[in-house]
Amino acid sequence: MSSRTPRLELLWWEGCPSTDEALALLREEAASLELDPSAIEVREIATDDAADRERFVGSPTIRIDGADVQPPGGTPAGLTCRVYRLRDGRVSPVPDRADIRAAIEATLEGGAR
Amino acid sequence: MAKASATRVGEQAPKLELPDTRGELQSLPAPGEAPASVVIWTCNHCPYALAWHDRLVDAAREYGPRGVRFLAVNSNDGERYPADSLGAMAERVEAEQWPFPYLHDETQDAARDWNAQVTPHLYVVDGEGLIRYEGAPDADHMDPSLEAAWLRFALDAVLAGEDPELARTDPVGCSIKWK
Repeated sequence: MSSRTPRLELLWWEGCPSTDEALALLREEAASLELDPSAIEVREIATDDAADRERFVGSPTIRIDGADVQPPGGTPAGLTCRVYRLRDGRVSPVPDRADIRAAIEATLEGGAR
Repeated sequence: MAKASATRVGEQAPKLELPDTRGELQSLPAPGEAPASVVIWTCNHCPYALAWHDRLVDAAREYGPRGVRFLAVNSNDGERYPADSLGAMAERVEAEQWPFPYLHDETQDAARDWNAQVTPHLYVVDGEGLIRYEGAPDADHMDPSLEAAWLRFALDAVLAGEDPELARTDPVGCSIKWK
């Protein structure tokens, strides 16, 4: 295990069917970097108030030490499904695996992303 | 999970009468009805609908000359989800030069009548008004090479006067945003 253990979070909303895929991606990338996949915090966002409070801009949202793996810019908070762009340009309901890995690695190295 | 159960294949399609983004009323059935029609529940903000969209446009451009009519319907609550407002729908049709009308289901009655649950959710209707296919465009929203194969199989069968071998699949996408 790495001596540096970042906080890994997956925030989800029931209106999107992408949660399982996103969680699998996050678990795989965490494990490949010798982090404990069981330590991932999985939290449901069920109300507009919760979305506002959590700055939740859509499902799924993956955060590493509080930082979004694909920063959403000025997207407003809300109960919706996120539209990601993969590195090859395709639209996707989940982030690019490489973006998840890069976010974890950057945190492990202690550098700013 | 936003995975709808399919229930309507073999039944008469509900009547559809909605305005498109230009304010023109579109209806199904229509006078001089097409040999097959495709009704697509979709929206502007769902990654599944967006991922499959180009494949549906390609199918419309290919099957349109064969008399197949395509209608897209957006039933999402446009007040809570401004990306799905009528204005945003019209902007998208114009910017992307859609080859089929985009209907605005403001009351959401059409979605309820058709039992549409997610975006995208497709129906193929034959010339007699019977639903002959219901479900997803193909097996994987992330694989453009599939080219909406399930939809195309259904259309080919209906145009040949045959029953689609695959008449029902699970539509997968974002839940319709009810008011």
